[in-house]
Order: sequence, then C-alpha cells, then structure tokens
Amino acid sequence: MTLTQIFIFAALGLLAGRSYQAGSRLRVSRGWLLFVTSALAVFWLQPASLIRNLPFALPVASLGLAAVVWALTLPKETRPSRQDWWAAGLLAGLILLVSLTRYIEPMSDLLAVRAPGIEFAAIFVAVLLLLCGLIYWLGRGRHFVLHAAVLLIIATLVVLKSEPLAQVASGALRSLTGQDPTLASPLDFGWLGFSYIAFRLIHVLRDRLAGRLPAVSLRDFVTYIVFFPALISGPIDRLERFAPQLRGKFVLVGDQFLASGRRLMTGLFMKFVLADALAFFALNASNAHQVESSGWMWLLLVAYALRIFSDFAGYTHIAIGLGMLFGVVLPENFDRPYLKANITAFWNSWHMTLTQWVRSYYFNPVTRWLREHKLPMLAVIIFGQLTTMGLIGLWHGITWNFVTWGLWHGAGLFIHNQWTSFTKSQPIQMNPRLAQPLGILATFTFVTIGWVWFALPQPSDAAHVFAVLFGMN
Amino acid sequence: MDASRISIWRLLVKTTILFIVLNLLLSTFNFLPVFGRLTLYNGPLPGRERLPYGDDPERSYNLNLYSLEAMFASHKLEATPKAADEFRVFVIGDSSVWGFLLENKNTLTDALNAAGLHSANGRRVIFYNLGHPTISLTKDLMILDYAMQYDPDLILWPVTLEAFPLSKQTSSPLVQNNPDKIASLIANYQLPIVINEDFASSSFFDRTLIGQRRNLADIIRLQLYGFMWAATEIDVYIPDDIELRAVDLEASEDFAGLQPPELHAEDLAFDALAVGIQLAGEVPVLIINEPTFVSDGANSNMRYNSFYPRWAYDSYRFLMQEMSEQNGWNYVDLWQAASNSEFTNTPIHLTPQGTLELANSIVAVLDETFNLKP
Repeated sequence: MTLTQIFIFAALGLLAGRSYQAGSRLRVSRGWLLFVTSALAVFWLQPASLIRNLPFALPVASLGLAAVVWALTLPKETRPSRQDWWAAGLLAGLILLVSLTRYIEPMSDLLAVRAPGIEFAAIFVAVLLLLCGLIYWLGRGRHFVLHAAVLLIIATLVVLKSEPLAQVASGALRSLTGQDPTLASPLDFGWLGFSYIAFRLIHVLRDRLAGRLPAVSLRDFVTYIVFFPALISGPIDRLERFAPQLRGKFVLVGDQFLASGRRLMTGLFMKFVLADALAFFALNASNAHQVESSGWMWLLLVAYALRIFSDFAGYTHIAIGLGMLFGVVLPENFDRPYLKANITAFWNSWHMTLTQWVRSYYFNPVTRWLREHKLPMLAVIIFGQLTTMGLIGLWHGITWNFVTWGLWHGAGLFIHNQWTSFTKSQPIQMNPRLAQPLGILATFTFVTIGWVWFALPQPSDAAHVFAVLFGMN
Repeated sequence: MDASRISIWRLLVKTTILFIVLNLLLSTFNFLPVFGRLTLYNGPLPGRERLPYGDDPERSYNLNLYSLEAMFASHKLEATPKAADEFRVFVIGDSSVWGFLLENKNTLTDALNAAGLHSANGRRVIFYNLGHPTISLTKDLMILDYAMQYDPDLILWPVTLEAFPLSKQTSSPLVQNNPDKIASLIANYQLPIVINEDFASSSFFDRTLIGQRRNLADIIRLQLYGFMWAATEIDVYIPDDIELRAVDLEASEDFAGLQPPELHAEDLAFDALAVGIQLAGEVPVLIINEPTFVSDGANSNMRYNSFYPRWAYDSYRFLMQEMSEQNGWNYVDLWQAASNSEFTNTPIHLTPQGTLELANSIVAVLDETFNLKP
C-alpha cells in the first residue's frame, strides 16, 4: 500500500466511523461498506503486469475463489439467504463496474492498467456464477471436493512461489492473450495477497472438513478473505473470530480513534521511515559482493534484520490501525520478537498468525499422526520441527535458500527443545540476570544469521556472505 | 483526560494548526542551510573524497543534491583542519575534475596527490577534489565562493570551452537551485546573469517544510547512502560497457548557436573567470585548458570532436591566451596533454591513464610556476 492509499482508507474509516454516531444523518451499513471497499481494494492494490488483462483477471479470481469456496463450505442444511443473493449480485456488479472504468477517465486509476472491455468482464462474471452454481448444487460439503479444493489452492501457491513454474504459467498466459511467450518472466505473475488468501481459504476448507466452521453470509465471507487492511501482509485471522465483529454495533469514539491513530502512526513510522531508511544499506543481492570487511558485513546483516522487522511489523500496525477505524480488531502478529531469550519464544512472537496457522493445520496433525504410529518421540519432534519450518520457508518462495532458512530455524527449535529438557533435570541453573540478556543476544544472533539465506536469492551469495562474516574470505 | 471524550475533529484541527505554524516558522528562518550542515559524515561515517553526485544512486551510493552546505558537510575537507605543514590546493571544475566514470583512486586529484609535491618552504601539497559534473563557469564560481572559507593556498581551475557560452552559465541544476547564492555573486561582483524563470523559486511557500521536502529528502538520503559508501568506497557507477566518444562527426560548424569564422570575448563568460580570480583574492589561481579529444573520423576536417567545431575551439584557445596575458592570469593550455586513445565517453572524460598523463603535465607546470616540487 502506498501512503496515499493508506490515507484514503483511513479517511474513509474516519468518515464511516463517525457516521454511526447518534444524530448522524448518514448511516452506512458497516458490513456492506467493508464488503464493497474490500472488493474494490483488491483491484486497486493489484500491481501492473505485462500480461494483458491480468491485473483485472487476478482480482476477479481472488473474489471468485472466495465466492466459490463459500458455496463449497456452506452447510448442507443452509440455503443462501436474500442477503447472500444481494451480495452475489453486488459482487458481479462491482466486477462489471470496474471494467467500465475503462470508459471513465477519472476512475481509470482504480486499476494499474486499462480495464478490459465489458464483454470480457461479463464472461468472467458468467463463468464465476456458473462455477458457484455448480459447486453449490453438486459439490457442496462433499469431502473429496473440499480436499480437491485444498490441493488446487496449494498447487496454485506452488506455481506462484516457484520461479520456473511461474515462468511456464506466464508463458502459457502470454500465448493465451496473443503475446510473445518467449518474453515470459516469473515477475509477470504477481497475484496480490494470494499467499494470505490461500491460507485463509485452506483454513475454512479444513475447518469445514472437521465440521467446526461457523455458517457465515457470502458478504462476510468475502470480506474476511480479502479484507483490505490484511490483504497484502496479513495478519491471518480466523473466520470464527473475524466474522462476528462485522455484525456488532460500532461507533468510532475518542479512545478507539486514539488507539487506531497510535497504531497507524507507529506503523507508518516503522514502515516508511525506519524500514525505508534501513533499506539503503541492508544486505541484498547487489551489495553482498561489494563488501569485503567482516564488520561492515555484520552491520549490513543487522540492518537487514531490523529492516525486515520494521517493514513487516510496521505493516501489521497499519493493518490493525486501519481495521480499528472500521471496528475490526485484527490479531496481533508481532510481540517484540527480537527481545525474546530463546528461539521458541521468538517464533511465538514473530509472524504469530502464520505460526499458529501452520501449527494448527500441519504440525499438530502430523505429529499426532506420527505419535499414533508409535514413532520414537525424538524422531517425531525432529521431523515435526524441521518440516514445519521448512514449510514456512517454502511459503516465502520455493528456493534452496528459503528451505535452508526454514531448516536452520527448525534445527534451532529442536536444539532448544532438547536443551530445555536437559536443563530441567539439572540442579544447577544459570543466574536469570545473566541468562536473560545472554539468551536475547544468542537468539538475535541466531535469527540474524538465518536472515542471510532469506535476504539472498542464491546459495552461492549466502556462502560468500558467510565467508566475509566469519573472516574466511 | 478521559480518552473517550476526546473530540476527533478538534484533534485534527489542532494538528493542522501546529503543522501550519511549524511551516511558517521554518519558512521565516530558512532552515535548509542549517539542516544541510547536520551530517553523519566526518563522524560515524568517513567524509567523501569528492562532492556528492550520482545519476544512479542505488548503484553509485551517491546522489545529486542542491544544498552546498550538505555537499560540503559530507566532504572530507569539512573535517580536515589545515595542518601547519599543509599546502592546501583546491581543484574545481567539471566532470573531468570530479572523475566521471573513474573510481576515487583514479581521479585527477588522486594522481596529483600521488606525486607527493612539497612547497618551497617544505609544506606537503594536498589536493582536494571540488569538481562537480555539470559544465558551467558560474557553477564553478559558486563552489569556489563557498570553498574559500576552507583556507586554500592555491586553486587549480581546469576549464573547457563548453563551460564558457553565456547560455550555459545558468543551465547547471546546481546553479538553478541556488538562486540566493547566485544573487549574492551578482550583487557583489556585477556578474552579467539574470535570475529568470529557469531558477528555482525562493518564495515564502518554497521555503516551508512542504516546499523544501525534496531537498530535505535528498539530504537525508545522502546520509543513508553514506553507509554503503563507507562499507565499499563506491561513489560512482561504472558500467561494464561504456559507449566511447564519437569519432565520426556531424557536418556542422555550429557551436552553442554561434557561427564561424571566430568567437568574440563577449560571446564567452570571461567575466566569471575574472570574478573567480577576484574572489580568490591573495590566493593564486591556475587556469588550465583541459585536454580534448581530436578525432580523425568523418568530418574531422570541420570539427575536433562532437563538442567543438575547429574554428570555435581554435578561436577559444586564442582568446584564452589573449585574455590571460591582458589580465595577468596564470594560464596553461594543456589541450593535448592526454593521448587520444585515453578519452572515454565524451571528448573531455579521461581514462585513469589519461588522467595520469594530465596530472604529470600539471605537476610540471606547478613546479615551474609555483615552485611545488616532488
């Protein structure tokens, strides 16, 4: 999100929030406002692409996926309400309306590129309605369809996160649109927020399979999937926590405004001042080979560690602050992670909603299954830790460096787990006054070293940086 | 105070009023020069070897900015007190002095410093690079005016004809964005320059925080690029493939709108040279006609290179000699001091070898004229 976009969203929240005050003549339904704003924001925030019509098609796909999965997960005994039909109609209308911005000059900025013709949008809408109908009548609640949907979402995620596959997909799309496939690039395929959309969709599909998904309206479901403050960088909320907040009464009063303003200002400072300033000298693929001094390389690496935190945590502050303006409290994602005294505590305070998600839908089921199959506890722990963190690494991108980063943390978690078990049985304990700062320093160093793989695209770059860091160049 | 009773609108109004008041105050006190002097250089970060300039900031860890205060605050000169045994020489001029497409270790001042010169009374001669890669004598003059506070003993001023046309005097962005400094030069030395619409506005609004936001951002970015400059000593981006200066030339005899057969003194900014020498006061100035490429390709009978038709350049060299003799200026014509093969992307930019050849010629002149010996 740009500063302008954040400002416009905040202004909208402020105006809408005030409209609920007693005596206000303008009362906007919060649920509908968030539905419409989120749906339009998917288009507005989507970056440009060299593939024709893709910046229009991808947001439509995000909204369509949300609608299809809603139809798929609707309980068998529940029929769409009149509000759901209104929401479906409004969604279709919005998609057509966005395509009309092609003809309305002041509105054309809604999309990063020129919108496609109305006939193109109409085909999209027709296909989506057909798909939703088919899913609703034929596939609703069927386990194999739910499983297939999960696999399809994971497959899409794999294509987007893998450069060679994204390149192939880009080539195929270019052929489809009559463009030169030899010019295909993985960068063509920037599906805004899909990493987060995918995890929310898998969460609802898995919970539907487990029979613990609450029934929600199409309007609230789509808003949950593409809620604009959390679209780009999370946090990953849970449907049962998010949806009820849209229904309650909300009036923006002083304390909420102050709290929201505080979160927004903190976020803006962290993201646009701290993170952007640190970016000038944080480690990257270009400067990794220019620095030959160990001291400077450590400085670049620490700058990267602080930058990634400021950027990500800053964005979370902005998302939470914007959400509060609309009466939605998003979950916290960071809790001073660099001040934690061990790696387990670090992962309980860094990108918390992601780790909670992975714990719920991968680590717990997998380790439970392994335990049921009588594997030794040590093997269960090491397999669980390494594959969980490997998975988190792969979620960031399918490269050797991300896998190595994940395994580094998996190994750290395993070693910490064993160390904790060992020290519990020892009579001698370290002085807590000493243990705390030493633990913080050791954890920060461990995490910071791990960022080398995260910051650089190639293992050879990482090897060079390690050589410089430890004076072996 | 009970937070729930806070009026949102009152808060927004108060914030807006405070912001307006802050802007009014900053505009009244012209804060940019003071802000420009606040620097990380020569403190946590080492001072730069040359004035900031960079067309590709992300790769050169350097950028163009217009605050002379910030530019000099980042230069090592700012934090180098003149030692009792130092003979301080400033080298001002264009991109060939600054060292376009040259690393720091290959610039003209570096080559001159490597010569290890000493003055007659045994002081170490130390050269400082105060070149700036835009061509305008008025720009050089503005830098010299600012640099005089650092107490030089000698000034070297390499020049080329391209810096002389009157039309070019105010075309440098550094000049255009410092109307106050140029106005001061005009007032003190009666320079024949008009502050027109090419210059940045210095209205009340333009001096506010909002009006100065670009300059402020540039000053902050200069500090931030300092970390990578300190870590790598890179302050220029040198591409692998440099397109060399043209050998085959256009069949044109035009030079800056002037036509053959000859240039006249009033066509060129000799006033700026005279003011520079006046401004230096007791400090001697050596004006150097810097080397230029001589083509042997198509139309080379008409032109020396892509910059200069033969008639204009010959006429300029004649005028320079004549004006120097008339005014008693220290002048040396080194137009062929570098081999033809040592020019890079323009007819005045030199390779490290070419720069060394020029430095050797200058060292010989310094020995002869100012008794500065290795």
